[in-house]
Amino acid sequence: MSATLSKADFQSDQETRWCPGCGDYAVLAAVQQFMPELGIPPERIVFITGIGCAGRFAYYMDTYGMHGIHGRAPALATGLATAREELSIWVVTGDGDSLSIGGNHLIHALRRNVPVKILLFNNQIYGLTKGQASPTSELGKITKSTPFGVADHPFNPVALALGAEATFVARTIDRDRHHLTEVLRAAAGHEGASLVEIYQNCPVFNDGAFSALTDKDTRDANQIRLELGRPIRFGADGERGVVHGGDGCLEIVDVAAVGEDALLIHDPTRQDPGLAFSLAKLAETPTGPTPIGIFRDVDRPVYRQRAAAEPATEAQLADLLMAGDTWTVA
Amino acid sequence: MSKAVEELERVIIRFAGDSGDGMQLTGSRFTDATAVVGNDLATLPNFPAEIRAPAGTLAGVSAFQIHFASSDILTPGDHPNVLVAMNPAALKANMAELRRGATIIVNEDAFTKRNLEKAGYGAENPLEDGSLSAYRLHRIPMSTLTTRAVETIDGVTTRDAGRAKNLFALGVISWLYGRPTDVTERWIEKKFARDPAIAQANLASFKAGWSFGETTELLDVQYRVNPATDVPPGTYRNVNGTTALSLGLIAASVRSGLPLVLASYPITPASELLHELSRHAKIGVATIQAEDEIAAAGMALGASFGGKLGVTATSGPGMDLKSEMIGLAVMLELPLVVIDVQRAGPSTGMPTKIEQSDLLMALHGRHGESPLPVIAPSTAGGCFQAAFEAARIAIRYRTPVILLSDTFLASSSEPWMIPDASALPEIDPAFATAPKDGDPPFEPYSRDERLARPWAIPGTPGLAHRIGGLEKAHGSGNISYDGANHERMTELRAAKVAAIADEIPPLRVDIEPDPAHPTELLVLGWGSTEGSIRAGVRMAREAGHRVACAQLHHLSPLPSNTGDVLRSFERVLVPELNSGQLASVLRARFLVDVESFTKIQGQPLFAGEILDQIAERQ
Repeated sequence: MSATLSKADFQSDQETRWCPGCGDYAVLAAVQQFMPELGIPPERIVFITGIGCAGRFAYYMDTYGMHGIHGRAPALATGLATAREELSIWVVTGDGDSLSIGGNHLIHALRRNVPVKILLFNNQIYGLTKGQASPTSELGKITKSTPFGVADHPFNPVALALGAEATFVARTIDRDRHHLTEVLRAAAGHEGASLVEIYQNCPVFNDGAFSALTDKDTRDANQIRLELGRPIRFGADGERGVVHGGDGCLEIVDVAAVGEDALLIHDPTRQDPGLAFSLAKLAETPTGPTPIGIFRDVDRPVYRQRAAAEPATEAQLADLLMAGDTWTVA
Repeated sequence: MSKAVEELERVIIRFAGDSGDGMQLTGSRFTDATAVVGNDLATLPNFPAEIRAPAGTLAGVSAFQIHFASSDILTPGDHPNVLVAMNPAALKANMAELRRGATIIVNEDAFTKRNLEKAGYGAENPLEDGSLSAYRLHRIPMSTLTTRAVETIDGVTTRDAGRAKNLFALGVISWLYGRPTDVTERWIEKKFARDPAIAQANLASFKAGWSFGETTELLDVQYRVNPATDVPPGTYRNVNGTTALSLGLIAASVRSGLPLVLASYPITPASELLHELSRHAKIGVATIQAEDEIAAAGMALGASFGGKLGVTATSGPGMDLKSEMIGLAVMLELPLVVIDVQRAGPSTGMPTKIEQSDLLMALHGRHGESPLPVIAPSTAGGCFQAAFEAARIAIRYRTPVILLSDTFLASSSEPWMIPDASALPEIDPAFATAPKDGDPPFEPYSRDERLARPWAIPGTPGLAHRIGGLEKAHGSGNISYDGANHERMTELRAAKVAAIADEIPPLRVDIEPDPAHPTELLVLGWGSTEGSIRAGVRMAREAGHRVACAQLHHLSPLPSNTGDVLRSFERVLVPELNSGQLASVLRARFLVDVESFTKIQGQPLFAGEILDQIAERQ
């Protein structure tokens, strides 16, 4: 079956209605392109979304889909995962949806290790409501709701997911189709909950938020690509790298100054999330050197609450009804 | 020593003590023994919200009332004939509801200076100062006698002895009313099987209480309440509303072929349902303790999307939170059963106390036009039927259904005739099936003769579709902002719910109209007030009043004859444990000038109050 599936099999007949140039188009195209690889027929795939621009994603996939309510997609998905073990369930959410109104559902889905793949489109702004600060907007940012600048410390979604001990945590970028697809592939292959933060450009309300990582002249200097078993280094000639700092944290250094052997070897399968957390904290905002790739990919028992395949039998029901002390009136 | 045996038709006993005294356990043990005798019965637990309020204070008093009789009874009773008070606070907190001549049995060991002060008696001891002279007072040194009964058992501490005194009280009362001892003894052995010393201490305490009753000259009469004979033949068990609800949900799951998924968040008093259902994992019941109330509703709805029977349960404050997800279920048109065990509000209110104040919220408490069916059981046993019916309607009409139970139904118990599992109606989920060649394209928002849309579950080839909270075009289910379509969809959703009235039983008045002697007054209630209303009406008729009663079990849609019934009486009295919510619905809908009787004290309605209300009007 999988051999016959193509990108077109995952494109619904609905007209996509994001703003021209929106990063969501790139992600949608990458996901639709990648789906046939799963070898799963479209009817066994379900996309559940929340509210926000990303929420529309469900309508554009020719799979089963539910456009839920603000922040609650992980809860809906947990119920579906309980009901139907055999489905491939994907949640599409945004920074406001999952980190503000739905923060609780996100961390609990990760804690429980529910087998759902969560794609978190982070554009650091509220787009659908036309430009208010989001929980990932950087300090000092001027938005419609913060004319004097954002005063609240932003969340780092990867650090938050690691804090909730998510078993799969990754970050990728809308404009890097190849990297995005590789991360999707790894997320799809993970058995428990997967959290994929996707830096997604909002050309209308927050254009260029990730340009340090996407512009030709700056991206080499700023993308710290995490690769399993490889020393963590970056820059046009790999001239910079990450090492253990004196106080136990990680720090960015010139490779020439410390030597190649001092570089940290990336290992996302490490059970302790501490080092992955330190990696996430290397970049408070994606305006300088920022790690992308898979931060954590470990095994932990998967959420195992399951609806039964069949309900109780009539005989079991009869026994249950008659349980306890009974008496008969003739 | 042989004692006189006096026959009684009915008795109301209230066991009261400190919340650590085990009064709920004492009451429920007495109830089980009473059920086995074959008496009709009704019970009412009443306990503080605090797990352990300060010992000895009025706030910490926990009570359990049982009304049992040789004939059909309807309520746990207004005024106890017997009060068992384990300490001064229990006596003080319950005196107001005792009538002169009632029997009071106290643990006199607990009437110490300190306890009297904590209960607010000051320097006076009510056992000594003559203030109880209008009652039949029995002073029993229960603590001393219990300690004596257990002191020779190895491994039993003084503390254990202190905790077994409720079993002593149970022994005394069991003797006094001739309850069988084997039911209680078996229970003790089973409950404490892992700790033989404690089992022995409790047994010894129970037997000592029984023997005390038999031998002491304090108690000169033993009472007998014969088995009830005016009940329909069948096999019975004792159930409270929580058990009946869970059995009804499981029965609906079996008869629909849909595995049950209950998602819930701990809240008093609805948690009991989560506890009860979580014990049935082995027979295919899945329960999830969600991270919050919203998630619980979302998980249940997600499970329904997947083709299971999704249920969520909560109490008042949880309903506030769930309303968003219920609105989504209205829009998605998927089955969802929402159980609201109502409690006194607003906000945290009085979590362990009864109120019927969520009716208007159930009917209207969502933004937008979002009609849905609302069902309210009226007895503990009736919770079975109501749960089954809620699931049936949810599945058949693809709609969320709210079931309004309450604190009283959840915890009160009564004998229940066990239904024949195979005779319960079948519920057909009628899932949409994969299209055949030449079938027209699948339309997720097409409708059947009941206006229900197809339930096409993920995994079904050829039916992949998208649903969501945005308004959908009739038929195709595409997102639609078209005004005419929105109006049409709004009307369709309302018409679907309204048409359920064609399939629910008509409102039945309890007596046939007699043109020669027209009945002038109808007492119309809903929910758990039925027992008190019927009992009050029965008393009123005995006193010569011409009065009828009826109870609504469907609040949305209302039975199709509701207006006719209301208009066929000169006056209609609507008693409610709220400020008149049903009355306002009836007035608005039928332009009938119904009269409200309201009570908002966290207590059930009493039959005597209904009698007074009837008498005032005739």
